[in-house]
Amino acid sequence: MSEVLTPFFSATIRTATPLALAALGEVLVERAGLINLGLEGAILAGAFGSLVGATAGGLVSGYAGAVCGGLIVAAVFAVLVIWLKADQIITGTAITLLSAGATGTLYRFWYGTAGAALGTPTSTPISLPGLARIPLIGPAFFAQPLMTYLAYILVPLLAWWLRATHAGLALRAIGERPAAAEAAGIRVTRVRVAAVLAGGVLGGLAGGTLVLAQAGTFVEGMSAGRGFIAVSIVVLGRWNPVGVALAALVFGAASALQFAFQAMGWHAPYQLFLVAPYLLTLAGLAGVMGRARPPQSLGKPL
Amino acid sequence: MISESRIRALLIVGIALLAFVAVLSAMLVAGGYSPVRAALALWSGSMGSWYSISSATLVRAVPLMLTGCGVAVAFRAGVFNVGAEGQLIVGAAAAAGIALSLPHAGAAGIVAALVAGAVAGCGWAGIAAVLRARFGVLEVISTIMLNFVALHGVSYLVRGPLQEPTRIYPQSSSIAETLRLPRFPGAGRLHVGMLIALAILLVSGWIFRYTAAGFRLRSVGESPLASASAGRIDVRATTMRAFLASGALAGLGGAIEVLGVTYALYENISPGYGYTAIAVALVANLDPWRIILSATLFAALEAGASAMQRDAGIPAAFVSIIEAVLILAVIGTQAVRRRSLINAGATTAGSV
Repeated sequence: MSEVLTPFFSATIRTATPLALAALGEVLVERAGLINLGLEGAILAGAFGSLVGATAGGLVSGYAGAVCGGLIVAAVFAVLVIWLKADQIITGTAITLLSAGATGTLYRFWYGTAGAALGTPTSTPISLPGLARIPLIGPAFFAQPLMTYLAYILVPLLAWWLRATHAGLALRAIGERPAAAEAAGIRVTRVRVAAVLAGGVLGGLAGGTLVLAQAGTFVEGMSAGRGFIAVSIVVLGRWNPVGVALAALVFGAASALQFAFQAMGWHAPYQLFLVAPYLLTLAGLAGVMGRARPPQSLGKPL
Repeated sequence: MISESRIRALLIVGIALLAFVAVLSAMLVAGGYSPVRAALALWSGSMGSWYSISSATLVRAVPLMLTGCGVAVAFRAGVFNVGAEGQLIVGAAAAAGIALSLPHAGAAGIVAALVAGAVAGCGWAGIAAVLRARFGVLEVISTIMLNFVALHGVSYLVRGPLQEPTRIYPQSSSIAETLRLPRFPGAGRLHVGMLIALAILLVSGWIFRYTAAGFRLRSVGESPLASASAGRIDVRATTMRAFLASGALAGLGGAIEVLGVTYALYENISPGYGYTAIAVALVANLDPWRIILSATLFAALEAGASAMQRDAGIPAAFVSIIEAVLILAVIGTQAVRRRSLINAGATTAGSV
């Protein structure tokens, strides 16, 4: 049993990590009343940034590159949406296209056509002493790369921050009633910019995780819709960090099913596994959307 | 006053364009490419000769016109259908399926394949439309998800049920010669699908401008609440129809691509026409008549991009930067204009 289940749990956590990081960032953005579909672009830019950083200076600069990539994309979104008050949905979509074009072009420019063989230094799993030896789940949950532990820490931290701090309350107030928040002396624009940039950092780290902890290389368009799935995960997790983490785990499990099925010797067209996360997103949204209550000013024109 | 602000606006646009060209050139130079050679390749591959105009640019304009029109119809009604890519792909798959199973049907087969493509695109958009109407699922997310599903679905088809008989290549067999859209004599690869696309754009533009249906569409897109209360417009039915129509247009685009250009179903049947369509529609200000121009412009960019890749070794993805920046420039200037209108209103009315 454990020879099937342990790899399955392991793959679940591995797939869930970037989704959770990106979705946690988007929670901050959406709690501030904005919806950033450029998250997909931030993940892609983070992935490319981590490649640039890692080939130049190893793992640490790889993650720094990922943060920079995500920040650049988020900054473009902030300028257009918060400062110029452009349409959020179209801006986010266009930014994602821009990121896809820019990363694809720069990748070919800087790494040539032979780039595919390029391997980056990878972030090796860190086993937590003791915990990693728990049977069945230990290796899956507690022998993971650094970014997974960051996600573990961020979930309770953000939940506490949103619930119990002044800054968290201010953020939530902006998402519900921006005008009232403004009147209460909260600097709405400043908080929103900060939230968008924080979302960009986490989106970038999600992309960095894809490259540095999973693929070991960059592939054009490798975000493959994860940003949009993360936005859906925020809805499924009802805009709170713990719910988001659970939803990310469900997605991770759905994607990891293919490993379990392969291990059990089931055969089905592999495309069926590839479309599973997208179909799950649609089904999940259809199930939850009617009952979930989004922040009141979410997506409204500024 | 007006002329002064207009001059200033033009100046800003001009400076922005220059800056953009400078950044692009800098990127090329940094990548070790010559911007001059790139520009020459761009020109010769898209507009430099009758062959490149007809067989490269105008051939690519056909799917962009249809998908662009689809995006315009949806956006006008306030439906953010960004799934034209998926709708085009399923349209192509359906048309290929019909054309391959009716090899001797002749003209009737062509019509059947085109209708099948439109219906498939309509159905694919219909999934997202129902998810929005029934469950309130944001269509931006659902249509993007469906794009990925369509892509993997076609990948399955060309490796499974629709694969060519030798089972080596991930593509379908070629469709019968009698089912291919005829080409214009003396115009290279340009086929009569162009006439279909032009007719649809002309009629759509007329509907937008001069009919009650067009008015309902715009009214629902701009203010659903006012349309429902003051205009007694069935908002739900109107958005639903717009969503389905936009899917049908993209699906038809895919069908025409198979019958007029590729003659078979491939995995990468579309080089992202459905995403470029968003730029095409927005740059044309969602007006079908102007889409004739903007689709041709973007088709020229894409044709030029292939030439740049072929002749100067510059990745074709380069052009998608230009497209995305054009979208951002359009929505940015619209936002600025709207804001200045609001500010002007504020000074007279005293409140925002």
